[in-house]
Amino acid sequence: MSRIPNTFEILRRSGRKALIPFVTAGDPDPAATVPIMHAMVASGADIVELGVPFSDPMADGPVIQRSGERALKHHVGLDRVFAMVREFRDKDALTPLVLMGYANPIEAMGQTEFIRAAREAGVDGVIVVDYPPEECQDFARNLRESGVDLVFLLAPTSTPERIAMITRIASGYIYYVSLRGVTGVANIDLADVGAKIAQIRARTALPVGVGFGIRDAATARAICDIADAAIIGSRIIQEIETAPDSASERVAAFLSGVRLAMDAR
Amino acid sequence: MQMVDLPDEHGHFGPYGGVFVAETLVHALDELRTEYDMCRADPAFLAEFEYELKHYVGRPSPVYHARRWSSMLGGAQIYLKREDLNHTGAHKINNTIGQALVARRMRKPRVIAETGAGQHGVAAATVAARYGMECVVYMGSEDMKRQAANVYRMKLLGASVVRVESGSKTLKDALNEAMRDWVTNVGNTFYIIGTVAGPHPYPMMVRDFQSVIGRECMQQMPELAGRQPDVVIACVGGGSNAMGIFYPYIPLEAVRLIGVEAGGFGLSSGKHAASLAAGKPGVLHGNRTYLLQDEHGQIVETHSISAGLDYPGVGPEHAWLKDSGRAEYVTIDDSEALAAFHALCRHEGIIPALESSHALAYAAKIAPTMPKDTLLLVNLSGRGDKDMHTVGEKSGIRFE
Repeated sequence: MSRIPNTFEILRRSGRKALIPFVTAGDPDPAATVPIMHAMVASGADIVELGVPFSDPMADGPVIQRSGERALKHHVGLDRVFAMVREFRDKDALTPLVLMGYANPIEAMGQTEFIRAAREAGVDGVIVVDYPPEECQDFARNLRESGVDLVFLLAPTSTPERIAMITRIASGYIYYVSLRGVTGVANIDLADVGAKIAQIRARTALPVGVGFGIRDAATARAICDIADAAIIGSRIIQEIETAPDSASERVAAFLSGVRLAMDAR
Repeated sequence: MQMVDLPDEHGHFGPYGGVFVAETLVHALDELRTEYDMCRADPAFLAEFEYELKHYVGRPSPVYHARRWSSMLGGAQIYLKREDLNHTGAHKINNTIGQALVARRMRKPRVIAETGAGQHGVAAATVAARYGMECVVYMGSEDMKRQAANVYRMKLLGASVVRVESGSKTLKDALNEAMRDWVTNVGNTFYIIGTVAGPHPYPMMVRDFQSVIGRECMQQMPELAGRQPDVVIACVGGGSNAMGIFYPYIPLEAVRLIGVEAGGFGLSSGKHAASLAAGKPGVLHGNRTYLLQDEHGQIVETHSISAGLDYPGVGPEHAWLKDSGRAEYVTIDDSEALAAFHALCRHEGIIPALESSHALAYAAKIAPTMPKDTLLLVNLSGRGDKDMHTVGEKSGIRFE
């Protein structure tokens, strides 16, 4: 069973919001990833999103593109990503873990094999950026039957009809993309985001996380007033990129500050 | 045969095609599909498209009987569909005019495009100038080095050319970057995709605009040769010129359709761009199709002497034509294409594009094995002026 619903339930009871950091598997090198994940949890992450590197990350801005390129230099494919998940699970049986990536590595492995491996490794949720609901009905059903959540993106341009369709098939949480564009490139308009989240909440009881433009503790804190989770990707990769040798420490220091701000509301 | 009715309403050609994009792009594609559905049913739109093709592009392009080359080969008769004579020198303009007209109806003042060899970029810059639109072309830095003259052409036409340094710095990365631009600027921007790939409705829309090639041939071949061809041959990178000439012939089951992929240094070398011959189905750039990829599903770098065929995917309709058996797909390697390039120069006085030279090479390969009354129709999709440097270097000639 996915650990995600329980995590959000515990947070809700204590009046706290979820901090969901992202890291690309294999960046800056494969040995660094699991320590970074543990450091994230130790510094306040409630859920960890682990990026599966892909050669053609169409929805990502330059920062996450570069992290994928660094990981691919080490030939990090899904098999090694699952090995990292298993290693993470050796020491952490509680924190939900979500894989985020693109369709083709899953297609290459085969959807059935991917789902089996994800469940066995201890994955709780999956985000496939370029699997819209129309193209992944079977995948969604099979994942659900295996107890793994399928998290979907919603965008500022998503119509009410699409919000309805996606919230019907989604589980775990909704990932609201806070700006028009790719990951990590611009600033968030909080009023816009708040209005859209209200529309989403009218359709679903699932928690709603906000990502794509959160770059500091203040923004994360502000997001907590309107959403259930702050999702942070590019800003963390920047820490790793700046000082690859002390990646865990820098990521932990950054996230601790964000956690503090989020809990001080 | 029902294959001409494809794709279905979700853009599927059998198991291929579809709309595999991030949610951030779905609305833009919905808008485009709605608008294009209106365009293709609107006589005024179709009349304007036709007018532009006639008066601006110079259509219809002729079909030419390459009599001298055919008799030297000693077998089948080779006919050439002269897309090289179009304004801007290739078939690409058929599509960019169509999409620019759609963009104008959608009131998008800015168009973007990706380009590999630069032909589609030039065609997009050309129509942007023609209709008074801002134009931004994304091009891999590797390709900019290989195709410096086309970069200058685009700039002359008023386009900005953005250097793409990500990934393999070639066409596929330019396409990724154009998609990112589109996601960010979707309110005022129309993305003119250059081939029959990408998410629905692009493969269908580009095919529709390019199928003027095949429709003209359907009329011209009986006039010139007394009947339809036995075989239609076209090169396939993304596959737009091939889809354009194949599409009207799909219902004529007696006509063999042969797509020619870039064999590069040979399939066994691993350095080629033959997605259908050596790839596996997967998802890239918004559609499911055959892709050149490694065992982890990462897209691999391709090689071809012709930048226009240097793409790791292929249009989804070709994937379906292959699986269904309606079309055959073969490969021609760099050296064979180069030999055909020289042959057409010397025996017919036509300098073909290196892309089209792959189709010519396959025609030259099979013609001698066929009776003299067999008719081969080859899509001469572009002219070779842009390839002077590449061919010159291969022959040890330097341009100063």
